[in-house]
Amino acid sequence: MTSTKRQIPGTLVFDGDVAQRGYELNAMCFSFNKVENRQAFLGDEEAYYDKFKLTDAQKQAVRSRNVLKMLNAGGNIYYLAKLAGILGLSVQDVGAQQTGMSVEEFKARLLAYGKEN
Amino acid sequence: MAEILGGIFASHVPAIGNAIARGLQEDPYWKPFFDGFKPIREWLERVRPDTVVAFYNDHGLNFFLDKMPTFAVGAAATYQNSDEGWGLPVARPVSGDAGLSWHVIESLIADEFDVTTCQEMLVDHALFVPLQLCWPDAASWSFRLVPIAINTVQHPLPSPKRCLALGQAVGRALARYDKDARIVVMGTGGLSHQLDGERAGFINKDYDRFCLENLCPKPELLAQHSSLEIVELSGSQGIEVLNWIAARGALGSAGNLEEVARNYHIPISNTAAASVLISDKAHAKRELA
Repeated sequence: MTSTKRQIPGTLVFDGDVAQRGYELNAMCFSFNKVENRQAFLGDEEAYYDKFKLTDAQKQAVRSRNVLKMLNAGGNIYYLAKLAGILGLSVQDVGAQQTGMSVEEFKARLLAYGKEN
Repeated sequence: MAEILGGIFASHVPAIGNAIARGLQEDPYWKPFFDGFKPIREWLERVRPDTVVAFYNDHGLNFFLDKMPTFAVGAAATYQNSDEGWGLPVARPVSGDAGLSWHVIESLIADEFDVTTCQEMLVDHALFVPLQLCWPDAASWSFRLVPIAINTVQHPLPSPKRCLALGQAVGRALARYDKDARIVVMGTGGLSHQLDGERAGFINKDYDRFCLENLCPKPELLAQHSSLEIVELSGSQGIEVLNWIAARGALGSAGNLEEVARNYHIPISNTAAASVLISDKAHAKRELA
């Protein structure tokens, strides 16, 4: 199946391969539904990675605060959004970071969609 | 006898929940979106549904990737919301209708839709945001809920064609329910948007217009693409339109339906946001008689 996967520009499809690669990272992010877990992460990030047995690639991606790296390490955006919340990043911040724009440019592009016909 | 009064289709962006919590309905950024719900609320006041059957997708509140059902039907007495991790106020619980849920489950499985059944099910913003848009006074909520979750998170996703067929099977089940219920069907999420990847911020107005134009009269046109084709056309979260397709299926044949209201507004957060109301003409005629 791997060789026939549909390629979608600028998009990593979260399929079985990616879901396997990112399982520990997503499990960690799922735990952030509980406030005590968010606090534990903020208290000692490295210990929290180990509690969820993050792979080296996953740890490096989270340490870098780079969302594209987290996606490549198998993170799913719905779960990563909970981590972004802890880091104080809005979805516009996350969008700007991934597209290499400033947050203002990213927001302006969204507004422009609404104005053009 | 149960009757289906119509269907409501609505975006469920979490930021809408924050705007509600902060009372921003009249704020210039938000007003064009919130105004789209005025005709929907007027219609709801007129037709007085007591039951909501809602197709939505969970965003990592109830389901984790350890067990990810393709289709899951709630069969709980009550549905709780909970902390989703990023500060949205926790919504008040909603009553379920376990009798109707089990009727739908029995009927779906007899129809060879082998759904997962959930006697406990946390429900996230994807249902609570549209419920709050339709019934802003949560203290007065008196309807009962049957939630049906569709996997839009982990591929392979169900095909749009299968989602339409699932919705049609739910519609048949509801039509056969022998207890009194005034049902409104709901499909949440969309329209085009993408949160992740180099293409984050992607919006496709042409595809959204295609969906809005064909939803009521020709839903089979929305089901002509594969799920991955819709991801390409509508964004990796635009695929939430699967919930709309299933909900439209539950409303049945286009000849009995009319679109009563439609609103489309860009942007709400990163999303091309929309709301649609489709009413069942036969029901409307009976009410007038």
